[in-house]
Amino acid sequence: MRTPSEVNLSADDLLGLYRRMLLIRRVEERLGEDFKRGDLPGPVHLYIGEEAVATGVCAHLADADWIASTHRGHGHFLAKGGDPKLLVAEVYGRAGGVCRGMGGSMHVADFSKGILGANGIVGGGIGLAVGAALAAQLDRKGAVSVVFFGDGAANQGVLMEALNVSALWKLPLLLICENNGFSEFSPTETVTVGAIADRAKPFGVPSAAVDGNDVIAVWQAANAAVRRARAGEGPSLIECRTYRLRGHVESEGSFIQERYRADEEVAAWAARDPIARLAAYMDEHALAPASAREAIEAEIAAAVAEAVAYATDSPYPAPDQARQFMFA
Amino acid sequence: MARRRMIQAINEALAEEMARDPRVILFGEDVEISVMGDTRGLRATFGPDRVRNTPICETVMTGMAVGAAAAGYRPICHMMYGNFLYTGMDAIANQAAKLRYMTGGQIKVPVVYMGVFGAGRSSAAQHSDAMHPMFMNLGGIKVVLPASPADAKGLLKSAIRDDNPVIFLQAAGRGGEAGDVPDEEYTIPLGVAEVKRAGKDVTLVAIGAMVRPAMRAAETLAGEGIEAEVIDPRTLMPLDEATIVASVRRTGRLVVVDEARDVCSAASHIAAVVTEAAWDALKAAPKRVTVPDVAIPYSPPLEKALLPDPERIAAAVRATLGR
Repeated sequence: MRTPSEVNLSADDLLGLYRRMLLIRRVEERLGEDFKRGDLPGPVHLYIGEEAVATGVCAHLADADWIASTHRGHGHFLAKGGDPKLLVAEVYGRAGGVCRGMGGSMHVADFSKGILGANGIVGGGIGLAVGAALAAQLDRKGAVSVVFFGDGAANQGVLMEALNVSALWKLPLLLICENNGFSEFSPTETVTVGAIADRAKPFGVPSAAVDGNDVIAVWQAANAAVRRARAGEGPSLIECRTYRLRGHVESEGSFIQERYRADEEVAAWAARDPIARLAAYMDEHALAPASAREAIEAEIAAAVAEAVAYATDSPYPAPDQARQFMFA
Repeated sequence: MARRRMIQAINEALAEEMARDPRVILFGEDVEISVMGDTRGLRATFGPDRVRNTPICETVMTGMAVGAAAAGYRPICHMMYGNFLYTGMDAIANQAAKLRYMTGGQIKVPVVYMGVFGAGRSSAAQHSDAMHPMFMNLGGIKVVLPASPADAKGLLKSAIRDDNPVIFLQAAGRGGEAGDVPDEEYTIPLGVAEVKRAGKDVTLVAIGAMVRPAMRAAETLAGEGIEAEVIDPRTLMPLDEATIVASVRRTGRLVVVDEARDVCSAASHIAAVVTEAAWDALKAAPKRVTVPDVAIPYSPPLEKALLPDPERIAAAVRATLGR
């Protein structure tokens, strides 16, 4: 990591990033426990270990900017300013959920916050984000559009189409690849050739590969890309190398027979936990006292408890709601 | 009234709606030069922001339409040939059709996907499908198939103003066909069928390009003393079931003409709806005149052998009357 003088982030900024990452972590830990107890109606794909990516990118965005996300989308939702109460209630399948219980974990969206939604189709968010970028370009208000996608989605053809058309039209688009090491259960290197960041090169799209577990590195790379997009200079691709500390899906123990990764590998990446790394960085450079982080921890524990209470108190939707919303 | 070819009527609808609402944008492959003729001149009138050629990239194009709609625009995504909708299918089936529903009604998705569909021009299997039944079954997508220039204009204007995704399919080979189009501003609501010809003996429902052979068959049958009531649904989702069922209650007989393949065709659906709703009024089993379950061939005699024509339609009507 860089020295503070090389980083254009104040102690307050860093604590803000810390707070956001920790919120994502604690909300998802709770959802993981809920799943284990059998309290969640559907599958959940947790983002634990990857929080620095959504946090470092979304720190540059306002409500007027758009994001499109993945099936592993809780982190993006929270990083973009989505309400944890509405998220938890949605995952619980309650009427008070952000999508009134219609979408669940894989479809959390809040258009009022510029969140086009998590997406159950790998690569499905890419086209949506290109369209939002086109809208932003036509609006001429300097908004940008960001799509988060995984290394798995990088092998979908839509990425090539998106690179071509967004470069051609100079769309204000950020393509953020979260390379977390796995396409579901297949290690990335067994299904992917070359470096994903390099896939931007033939299109003349600037690209970077960064340490996705270093929130400052992500923040810096996204800063440059967002500035470029807002200035009308077109799209960028950032490959964030990170690691999925949890499984593909919390239920996988019930249907996966074989181990698909070594404990040592998981442990090595756990030692590079982005939240702990930021804490260590702040300690090392005496940027914020540990007491500040303890206060954040307490604040987030309260927010999680509040979210769970809100969700638990929210009723299930009335069955006739199943017939609503298909058409406007 | 003015005589207009169908592509001219569509062109007028696009121009009028783009002039009316600056949020309407149009993109697709070669829409600037306009392969079909229906988007000709729009780039010059509305400029490069609102009328854009895309690369050949149906996968991202169909998704882009959804994203731009979610962000406040009313995109018209021109697919050229209906078969190319298949290439862009993820965004249509998984995003456009479901985004509003799965986000609890947070947004509207006002997108029109338009293209030419159907057989009759020796374009062979990959340019000749009648794919409207699969879109009827998707849920969340409206399906519009105009049969005349006047309907094409009025229905397209409604489709563009509609807050939902609409598949607008223009029958292949019908672009050059002329018809009377009203001079004044008008729209035709989605979900309202038109009775093209009144009759008391049999209800003859014909979809899209099948309206013309059905009308010819009705002429022939009239000479035999059989009065067919010809109905053009114009919109298949939503379907004007009431008009069709009421007609069958009067006539007691139903023949549906559809250029889709037989299995799960719109004809099958309409026959099922009528059978359930008007079983007591039926004097004969409903009949479907469709394309057999094969692809569309290239050579003209082969193509002609598959498509419903006035003779097959008239024969189906006679069969329901026991003649």
